[in-house]
Amino acid sequence: MSTVTQSAPSRRPRDFAFSWADAGPFLALAALLVIGFLVNPDFLSVTNLSNVITRSAFIAIIAVGATFVISSGGLDLSVGSMAAFITGITILFMNAMAPSWGAWAIPAGMVVALMTGLACGLANGVIVTVGKIEPFIATLGTMGIFRALITYMSDGGTIPIDRTLREAYRPVYFGTVGGIPIPILVSLAVAAIASFILYKTKYGRKCAAAGANEDVARYSGISIVRTRTIAYVVQGACVAIAAICYVPRLGAATPTTGVLWELQVITAVVIGGTALRGGKGHIWGTVAGAVILELIANLMVLSDFVSEYLVAAVQGVIIIIAMLIQRFSK
Amino acid sequence: MTRTKWIAAVAIGTLLMAGSAAAADKKTVAVSIPAADHGWTAGVVYHAQAAAKEINAAFPDVEVIVKTSPSATAQVSALEDLSAGRKLDALVILPQTSEELTMPVKAVKDSGAFITVVDRGLNDPAIQDLYVAGDNIAVGKNTAKFLVEKLGGKGNLVVLRGIPTVIDDERIKGFQDGIAGSDLKILDIQYANWNSDEAFKLMQDYLAKYPQIDAVWANDDDMLLGVLEAVKESGRTDIKFALGGNGMKDIVKKVIDGDAMTPVETPYPPSMIKTAIYMTVANLVGHAPVRGTVKLDAPLITQANAAEFYFPDSPF
Repeated sequence: MSTVTQSAPSRRPRDFAFSWADAGPFLALAALLVIGFLVNPDFLSVTNLSNVITRSAFIAIIAVGATFVISSGGLDLSVGSMAAFITGITILFMNAMAPSWGAWAIPAGMVVALMTGLACGLANGVIVTVGKIEPFIATLGTMGIFRALITYMSDGGTIPIDRTLREAYRPVYFGTVGGIPIPILVSLAVAAIASFILYKTKYGRKCAAAGANEDVARYSGISIVRTRTIAYVVQGACVAIAAICYVPRLGAATPTTGVLWELQVITAVVIGGTALRGGKGHIWGTVAGAVILELIANLMVLSDFVSEYLVAAVQGVIIIIAMLIQRFSK
Repeated sequence: MTRTKWIAAVAIGTLLMAGSAAAADKKTVAVSIPAADHGWTAGVVYHAQAAAKEINAAFPDVEVIVKTSPSATAQVSALEDLSAGRKLDALVILPQTSEELTMPVKAVKDSGAFITVVDRGLNDPAIQDLYVAGDNIAVGKNTAKFLVEKLGGKGNLVVLRGIPTVIDDERIKGFQDGIAGSDLKILDIQYANWNSDEAFKLMQDYLAKYPQIDAVWANDDDMLLGVLEAVKESGRTDIKFALGGNGMKDIVKKVIDGDAMTPVETPYPPSMIKTAIYMTVANLVGHAPVRGTVKLDAPLITQANAAEFYFPDSPF
């Protein structure tokens, strides 16, 4: 395979050189941990950190997909609504199958979630690339569609998971393997696979090329349509994986599930060092970005400095400072 | 050409006559409410449609039309559409916002319709003939009184509030008034935007921050669902009560089942739209005087009276 031959020469000395750009988000993360500890020593307790990192897993997983889309020069605003829609479809399917299949409805539901995610991603991709519609507008459209579908499926109320499945499914969010919560392991696995694809395969290079300069990429024989469509399909798969981990947390889908997740996802990607205009993607930076966002929210509650009315303002300031640290450390 | 015009004129004339004849026979009640975009509004839509169905079946000379609108702008357009086609005898409205709907409702009033306003008041109270609402202060106060009594007037509380609005402020104020004078202490109070996910996160953070919490109050049941999950997961045993508010069916069911952590509930019932529609129709059909203000109480829902507040078929 070409991937093997290509990965060999990339082991050049510069791989070992310290890159400030790549380290930026991790420096910000470390700074945040220190500040957090000074504010409230409970911040670094194992329970608190494990809670916060587990919670950031949804955004991290979705943001890994978004790194592909943004790196290839696209944008996806529909991820939050899509997560809610997939959650709804999955729960309805599991509930319908529970009487005849018992606990086997859960893995079957996961497959349904994944298929739905791939289909939603493909739809987004095709509208953007073949339909040649601005990604912002195309995914704003599908964002409304997915949100309306979940509202319709739930009659505006809640779609709860069948009681018989609830306990069997719970460990997927609350369980641990070797002391590490499962959602953290899932997001690490997703990030590891994604960084392999983005950094070590032909497709990853095409992705960055299409985002860096569309014309040059096209002259080099790269199919922009195919590259970007695949990025949206990857995004769909990531949203589905996040939805699979999300269902057992509250055991229900509602019209407010995943509201504004798209903004958190995009913020995580950008904090992680990927430029919004496309180009090289930073998968691990994105994961760090998602954790940073969740830590900031956590810190706001654990500290007593900030009035509840000003929390959002302080969060905004911290995000901007984190970006500035990165900018000037380059 | 002339022939076509004649036919058109006759057709329009017939329509007009048919229209006025129908108006003489039937009284039209328009119901304008927000579209179902979360649990509570979904309940409003459910109860409005149920009321329309029951009244249309019971009174052949009354027609109740329900129209839902996703935004304030859409609701203004809906009012124009509703009053353009026919003469309205009454309008029952739950306004999306007070500011934008005040003038359009006044226009309907000026055409001679009876105006019933539900839940959220208009800027000019002179427009309404009947006002039906719940009691947000009582939602907070009755919950607080229950906690003061059950905790023996002493303990640590954490509170989750919703979205910065009048509704949210009133519930919090009622709660603070309710615990005033006791030794119950609110350790922390933060916004969770009436969203179960955000409430789950916030509750996890409260649990990390405070080693001893005696009771939690989420001022809405959607948030309570997230709180309960976070408490269950933490395995903490210091939390004696986790209470909500609004009357979501899942929570009322807990009360019916005698849940130890959530033994009571306070209603802010979406079914108040049904009260409003029935009263409006009572005025039209039965000449019963209904003008005035009706404030539905928010009594504690306990195991004894929970059945009255339980609607298993409603989405909320």
